[in-house]
Amino acid sequence: MESRPHPNRLGIRGWVGGGRWGFERYLYTLHRLTGLALLAYFAMHIFVTSARALGPGAWEQAMGAVSGPLFQVGEYLVFAAFAFHAVNGIRLAILELGFAVGRPIEPVYPYQTSVGRQRRLARAVLMIAAVIALWGGLDFFVLG
Amino acid sequence: MADTSPRQVTFRLRRYEPGNDRQPRWEDHRVDATPGMTVLDGLWKVKELGAPSLAWRSSCRMGICGSCGMLVNGRPRLACNTQVTELRSDVVAVAPLPNFDIVKDLVPDLRPMFATHRGVLPYLVRDDTAEQEAPTREYRQTPHELEQYLQFSYCIKCGCCMAACPTVATDPRYSGPMPLGQAQRYDNDSRDAGFGARREVLARGSGPWRCHFAGECSQVCPKGVDPAKAIQLMKQDLVLDLLRLRRRRPPAAVAEAPHGTRREDIPAAPPRTVTEG
Amino acid sequence: MRDRTLWTWHIGAGVVILVLLGLHMAIMHLGSTLGISGSEPTAWESVAARAGSLFFTTTYVLLLGAALYHGFYGLRNILLELNPGPGLRRTIDVGLSVVGLALFAFGTWAALAAPGAATTMGG
Repeated sequence: MESRPHPNRLGIRGWVGGGRWGFERYLYTLHRLTGLALLAYFAMHIFVTSARALGPGAWEQAMGAVSGPLFQVGEYLVFAAFAFHAVNGIRLAILELGFAVGRPIEPVYPYQTSVGRQRRLARAVLMIAAVIALWGGLDFFVLG
Repeated sequence: MADTSPRQVTFRLRRYEPGNDRQPRWEDHRVDATPGMTVLDGLWKVKELGAPSLAWRSSCRMGICGSCGMLVNGRPRLACNTQVTELRSDVVAVAPLPNFDIVKDLVPDLRPMFATHRGVLPYLVRDDTAEQEAPTREYRQTPHELEQYLQFSYCIKCGCCMAACPTVATDPRYSGPMPLGQAQRYDNDSRDAGFGARREVLARGSGPWRCHFAGECSQVCPKGVDPAKAIQLMKQDLVLDLLRLRRRRPPAAVAEAPHGTRREDIPAAPPRTVTEG
Repeated sequence: MRDRTLWTWHIGAGVVILVLLGLHMAIMHLGSTLGISGSEPTAWESVAARAGSLFFTTTYVLLLGAALYHGFYGLRNILLELNPGPGLRRTIDVGLSVVGLALFAFGTWAALAAPGAATTMGG
């Protein structure tokens, strides 16, 4: 009698990795998290800004409701999430359309992979996202 | 002179006995580790000295058959290709490849991966069946055309990429890096005319659309196949095909017999010295 | 064949959002350093001025559509990768489409119904 094999899928833990993975895995996880955060914010944003249709009174009320310090910090986090998601999104669009991954080569050890080839792009993405996030922070908390 | 005396390492093995165990469990064995010893060598020592019922797959012990894919210290590797010293640890934790059901101990159930692989038509698909059944000559292919798929043909189907992929971790419908890489190996082969047939599978949900370039498959591949690259190139091909911009070329033709190259001054063969019967 | 098409639109929508939302973020949150002069973008005068502009109304609706498609396709990816059963799969597809279309309809109404809003007929 054949016994049933034991299930062994990693599940959501496999999305986050085990701590010994490449940094692209964390970019992937962060891209998902920022995407969900932006979607949630966006749904609320549609409702808040729809107050415009009800005239200046409703508008001022809506703006008043979202102007507290908690909202200020929240909006900044949304801006930072956008900075990362947008710049990493550009990187993903380039790579997933088959550009900057390299041509097929004869594999000679130590192997050069598409992941190694795009490493510089990934580092540049993080730096640009950080710069934009800091720039926004300047506007939000210092100059705003 | 370097110290080559054996040192003790602990092989922490994931054991699972179907029918006896409800859950897999860890089991420690002390092993003398000599320089140059691979994880596979260690498993043989454990089986010989401590755990005679330990089960795993291995064959060639030289990194070409793809049988001994295992999770070694948290990363999918080939046991025969992994030196104990390269792990830089006194504990060698060996578990079966994740994302496959466990048959016993370190033996994963690879059948779903092979079934998916069969589904992407991993062979040359062409119209000239007569030539394929009874070949007369080779198909003409330049070295440049060979290079377009050679890298992906090095796949030994070990399953390490499937174990590393975050999408395979949750989604059994996703084909996974190995079948997709192999589909691209054939789509990029100038002798193949099966892009349309494979597109039936690949343009749907089981295709490359659930790949988000975490890149782990290419990082763990023991043969440098770079399935991540194959998958992104596949997406480019499929999107170009959707936009009707994909360059279509006929599959490689049968090479013609060379003309006018037979030498006329070849002397006749000497008489046979070995008679029949 | 559907997944290939949906994915391609996802990338296209991403490009549209990059441009339009990038502009929106720059106007809203980088205005001080970029030297964009003029009154506060959230003051009613600015809001009403944009409501009266055909350019802004069109781009808002375009951004709304692209962002809803892009976001809900991403959410669909995440939900489907968690391996739901066949019935739940249908529910997710239908549910996300309905919610997405509803939000689009609501947002478009809000963009067009604003007092003094520019429409193709009003101008």
